[in-house]
Amino acid sequence: MDQKLVAVIDYGMGNLRSVAKAAEHVAPDNVHILVTNNPEEVACADAIIFPGQGAAKACMQALHDTGMIHPIQKAAQEKPFLGICMGLQVLMSHSDENQGINCLNVIPGHVKHFELEENSPLKIPHMGWNQIHQEQDHALWQNIPQDSRFYFVHSYYVQPENQAMITGTTTHGITFPAVLSHKNVFAIQAHPEKSAEHGLQLFNNFLAWDGQ
Amino acid sequence: MSLAKRIIPCLDVDNGRVVKGVQFVDIRDAGNPVEVAKRYDEQGADEITFLDITATADGRDTMVHLVEEVASQVFIPLTVGGGIRCVEDIRTMLNAGADKVAINSAAIFNPAFVKQASDAFGSQCIVVAIDAKKVSAIGEDNKWEIFTHGGRKETGIDAIAWAKRMECLGAGEILLTSMDRDGTKIGFDLELTRAIADSIRIPVIASGGVGELEHLAKGITEGHAEAVLAASIFHFGQHTVEEAKLAMQAEGIEVRL
Repeated sequence: MDQKLVAVIDYGMGNLRSVAKAAEHVAPDNVHILVTNNPEEVACADAIIFPGQGAAKACMQALHDTGMIHPIQKAAQEKPFLGICMGLQVLMSHSDENQGINCLNVIPGHVKHFELEENSPLKIPHMGWNQIHQEQDHALWQNIPQDSRFYFVHSYYVQPENQAMITGTTTHGITFPAVLSHKNVFAIQAHPEKSAEHGLQLFNNFLAWDGQ
Repeated sequence: MSLAKRIIPCLDVDNGRVVKGVQFVDIRDAGNPVEVAKRYDEQGADEITFLDITATADGRDTMVHLVEEVASQVFIPLTVGGGIRCVEDIRTMLNAGADKVAINSAAIFNPAFVKQASDAFGSQCIVVAIDAKKVSAIGEDNKWEIFTHGGRKETGIDAIAWAKRMECLGAGEILLTSMDRDGTKIGFDLELTRAIADSIRIPVIASGGVGELEHLAKGITEGHAEAVLAASIFHFGQHTVEEAKLAMQAEGIEVRL
């Protein structure tokens, strides 16, 4: 059986351990999960998991400081690529967070703050288990029922220029894109590593995915 | 289709064991934290909170290892509180696999710590735990203040003003415990919960006093909490988390089943 190397990108932000543990939990014997901050290892990995949390500006700064900006942009063009939470948001062109910051521009579009009405009982951050409505078929949805609940924690959401990339939506006051996909990239606002069985299934699907 | 209200079992951990006392006495052993956490995960818990009540430094190390062990087997959000005093404590717990930390007395001694923590790690992982007790007399307008040391020491800080300040400093969530109700099994202080929940935009987790399943739903419908936390009704097999969710659903509350 071919050996497969999956790199979890470590740029000093966020809870990589949880992501790596969840992927390891479902990885077959021939799949190796490697947490790395080495651009060369990212370049030679067969698939990439790009987690993230915290603020966009700190995230972009950490990517810059670790020399990861170009390796990530390149990987997102050519191999199976899973972005998670902030790892979705910084793929966009620009985020409104931190008075506005340019991001990786892998997916044309913007990141906006939830604007709720003054008297809305809804809370921000959008925190907890909400449903993802699968807007189109995708290999990563295999064995995940329509409208399954995933764990979210975020105050900003993505708006891609190309609506055809919207692969899943979630409603919290507004209906927003919770999953974008384009060719070899699948990026999700929720945290599959914290979403119990459906999250583990998503990792399982990703590890088996050829990016087509 | 919307956000589910959460049920969060809470494990008080002392030197690596789950314990539960009634108002801090009569501490009963409720098992191995890893086994207990796995059981609650299987029952559909939405998150698990660990409160480290160990007094010693050795016990702290035990807690770190315990979080590591749980995080490699349980794939739902984990919150760790108790003894979180500096940025390094937070980093240690997040690296061990915690998703959030609960800051309690350190926020009172140094409110700027909350800002420092949320700037460093993001609001999403900073829970501020508030222990509040009613200080108004019967017939007066309701007033609650913050207490420390398990409810024994007053601070004179108004609970609502404090919650607002914590939100402003970057707390992502408030874990609100009524010290009047903690361990009593007569239900949440719903007036306190509603007063705080209606004053801030961040989620409130109601805590303190759950003795029956119906108390949980009331925390949501009457207390306006986003999540409810309970310990002893789950620890000793009185109810499962799934039963608790079905009871909440029967009250028209959206839950994850």
